[in-house]
Amino acid sequence: MSSDVRFTDFKSDKQPTWCPGCGDFGTMNGMMKALAETGNDPDNTFIVAGIGCSGKIGTYMHSYALHGVHGRALPVGIGVKMANPDLEVMVSGGDGDGYSIGAGHFIHAVRRNVDMSYVVMDNRIYGLTKGQASPTSREDFETSTSPDGPNQPPVNPKALALASGATFIAQSFSSNAQRHAEIVQQAVEHDGFGFVNVYSPCVTFNDVDTYDYFRDAIVDLDETDHDPSDRDQAKDKILESEKEYMGVLYQDEDSVPFEEREGVEGSMAEIPDGAPEGAMDLVREFY
Amino acid sequence: MPEDLNWAIGGEAGDGIDSTGKIFAQALSRAGRHVFTSKDFASRIRGGYTAYKVRTSVDRVESVVDRLDILIALTERTIHENEDELHEGSVIIYDGERSTMQDVEVPGDATALEVPLKRLAEDAGGAIMLNVVALGAACEVTGFPIENLDESLEKRFGDKGEAIVENNKEAARKGQHYVQEEYGEFDYDMETTDEDYVLLNGDEAIGMGAIAAGCRFYAGYPITPATDVMEYMTGRVDQFGGKVVQAEDELSAINMALGAARAGARAMTATSGPGIDLMTETFGLVATSETPLVICDVMRSGPSTGMPTKQEQGDLNMTLYGGHGEIPRFVVAPTTVSECFWKTVEAFNLAEKYQTPVFLVSDLAMAVTEQTFSPETFDMDEVEIDRGKVVDENDIDAWLDEKGRFQAHFAAADGISPRAFPGTTDGAHMTTGLEHDELGRRTEDTDVRIEQVDKRQRKVETAREQEDFDYREFGDPDADTLVISWGSNEGALREGLTLLEEDGYDVRFLSVPYIFPRPDLSEEIEAAEDVIVVECNATGQFADVIEHDVLERVQRINKYNGVRFKADELATEIKQTLDTPAEATQ
Ligand SMILES: Cc1ncc(C[n+]2csc(CCOP(=O)(O)OP(=O)(O)O)c2C)c(N)n1
Ligand code: SF4
Repeated sequence: MSSDVRFTDFKSDKQPTWCPGCGDFGTMNGMMKALAETGNDPDNTFIVAGIGCSGKIGTYMHSYALHGVHGRALPVGIGVKMANPDLEVMVSGGDGDGYSIGAGHFIHAVRRNVDMSYVVMDNRIYGLTKGQASPTSREDFETSTSPDGPNQPPVNPKALALASGATFIAQSFSSNAQRHAEIVQQAVEHDGFGFVNVYSPCVTFNDVDTYDYFRDAIVDLDETDHDPSDRDQAKDKILESEKEYMGVLYQDEDSVPFEEREGVEGSMAEIPDGAPEGAMDLVREFY
Repeated sequence: MPEDLNWAIGGEAGDGIDSTGKIFAQALSRAGRHVFTSKDFASRIRGGYTAYKVRTSVDRVESVVDRLDILIALTERTIHENEDELHEGSVIIYDGERSTMQDVEVPGDATALEVPLKRLAEDAGGAIMLNVVALGAACEVTGFPIENLDESLEKRFGDKGEAIVENNKEAARKGQHYVQEEYGEFDYDMETTDEDYVLLNGDEAIGMGAIAAGCRFYAGYPITPATDVMEYMTGRVDQFGGKVVQAEDELSAINMALGAARAGARAMTATSGPGIDLMTETFGLVATSETPLVICDVMRSGPSTGMPTKQEQGDLNMTLYGGHGEIPRFVVAPTTVSECFWKTVEAFNLAEKYQTPVFLVSDLAMAVTEQTFSPETFDMDEVEIDRGKVVDENDIDAWLDEKGRFQAHFAAADGISPRAFPGTTDGAHMTTGLEHDELGRRTEDTDVRIEQVDKRQRKVETAREQEDFDYREFGDPDADTLVISWGSNEGALREGLTLLEEDGYDVRFLSVPYIFPRPDLSEEIEAAEDVIVVECNATGQFADVIEHDVLERVQRINKYNGVRFKADELATEIKQTLDTPAEATQ
């Protein structure tokens, strides 16, 4: 790890193909800043991305990275971290990727509390497949596959996380660069699963949940007397479904990551040239 | 007295059938006798018929037969279920004092031994030991030295305390004495030897092979009959710095294993048919991201949930062809319990040498069969580990492009790119299931696409050159009849061959553990008059592939750069093909 790492070191030489103005630009910049600020460098960082416009992030960043299949980025991240706890692991994807096809993994990744961060670019729409309803779309949001709106309430990912035993829940907004980077940094620094839902507007397919909407609606928790260590306060804020908050909603300061509780000590990449010492005891057990 | 003895205990699930059977099997194995066990079980936890069968001999036994010499029947149904296997000399031990067993009719000329199992067990300290009373009775009938049973009881109950062990020993003696006093001497005299055998099943052998091969991360989701692999690894792999994670489902399991493998660990997941279905989407990701991964399928009867506790070899096509698009992969199918160990070790080497998914295909019959082996069968000094083209900070420079970027998908002549574990300085790179260039960056460039597809396919050719994808041969090499099989049928076929020989049939038998790439059997097939392929499935999936291998080849025109055929291009290609001799296009 070198101390002179700049956030641009995490940039790849591939030009993003996101639409001009897409919220994902800001989300990504914040992620790169957070990684650099926390003293990581590309060679000790592993980014896992899902599928979607959001999932392209691994391509535009420079680090060890895997761009997997739709909805399954979290288990990949868990596998990476368990096999090498010395790596900084960051998982990223969209609201469709994380809360629809990957919803099952989300709940279990939260409760497993492996020390990694999960940044969800929530644009309340399926961007890459060109504008269908996502699990966070509003009940009456008209799309190509829901002409009268999805007709079902949106999921509340932060509530899901809280109910699943999350140790870190935050909400951020991609266009508020400074605050966004700070919040992601806190997630990276958290000892456990650092979950950040980022409002990352889709300028092409979502004309309801726009920059203007979020700018007006968002309340910065730093400007309130919110205490993130108080789970009840967090619960109340999270269940206020009309409110959009920015900041750390909940953090359990005593969180101990899963891999630590499980006693995983170092990288599993090192193995002997032959069977490990004492392997014959495995055979003798069957006497 | 038959040379080998077939023994069984049967009752309801929940009656302790498994552990009682295992105690006896272990006692036999410790007494230097070979053992081959099998189970009849239904898909329920309590109730329903279940049996544990032990075939034992001083010679190796490799299969089950349709004959029962001693049957401990805890329920009346046990007798009916096994009626066909009973013969004149069979002995049935049951508790005639139990209300449900009072009207038991013993079939044929079998000998019925009514032993008050429950009453004697209570005398020894508790009704729960009634199975052990039956074991003692069986020792007396077979002339098997009861001291060997004692050792096995110590192993089983040792951690429950001295008193429990002693009570059990006492229970066994009560059974022994009862038979002695009420029924006198039997004709059996079970030989023991000085051999020290180990007794284990296919799932355990796979787990042991994985640990020996340096597997450190296992993620799985419970499913019969693969769960034993996971249970075996749990706790044991930790002693070597590894971990087992029970995932929320198979989609997660294979993706976790993939993540661990990318981080540099040797990783594995194991499942059975329905789980393989769920994992299918990720097969392609494993292959295109060139991640070494061992995916074990312990097959059971399908399709759908099928018959979860019954044997079948029906997933071959799934492991050969499962997944959209076309991907290079290896499919290896061990043919015996000990092969489960060695082929697992090999699977890890293949996975890392060629950076591909390796399907390790086993089946229920092998998974639940415990067999005796001399410990040297699993000689750990023989385990070799080949991690393939891993580069570190010292030699990574050779693989950087002119801008200093690591070429993780370098289109090497042998199809195998360098691998840098995360954490390696200057190795940072992206990998994706999208088609990508040598740096791992997404591309739709038709030339790069072709280059990468060809590169990945070349691994298979390289493996064909470097590895020995052979078969095992038994029987008469000059016989006109050729029998070919894969997977767990080997033992039964070998024994069957001996029976055929006695009847004057000469047969050559090839047992094939490699499904893909597989040995070329065309010469063997052409030399034979009759060719028979034996497999536990309805359609003959392996027969299909080897039949296909010996067909006359058609010429092919293929396109896979992402663009559909065009008329002028096709005309040219067809002309070219016609002008080229057929062999050249093979
Ligand atoms: C198994 C599977 N189903 C469907 C798709 C098609 N698909 C690609 S991206 C996507 C939705 C992505 O939405 P979201 O996660 O919200 O990301 P966004 O594009 O909005 O950033 C879908 C359905 C796929 N790639 N794989
Ligand atoms: S479609 Fe929407 S989410 Fe996708 S790149 Fe464009 S603006 Fe961003």
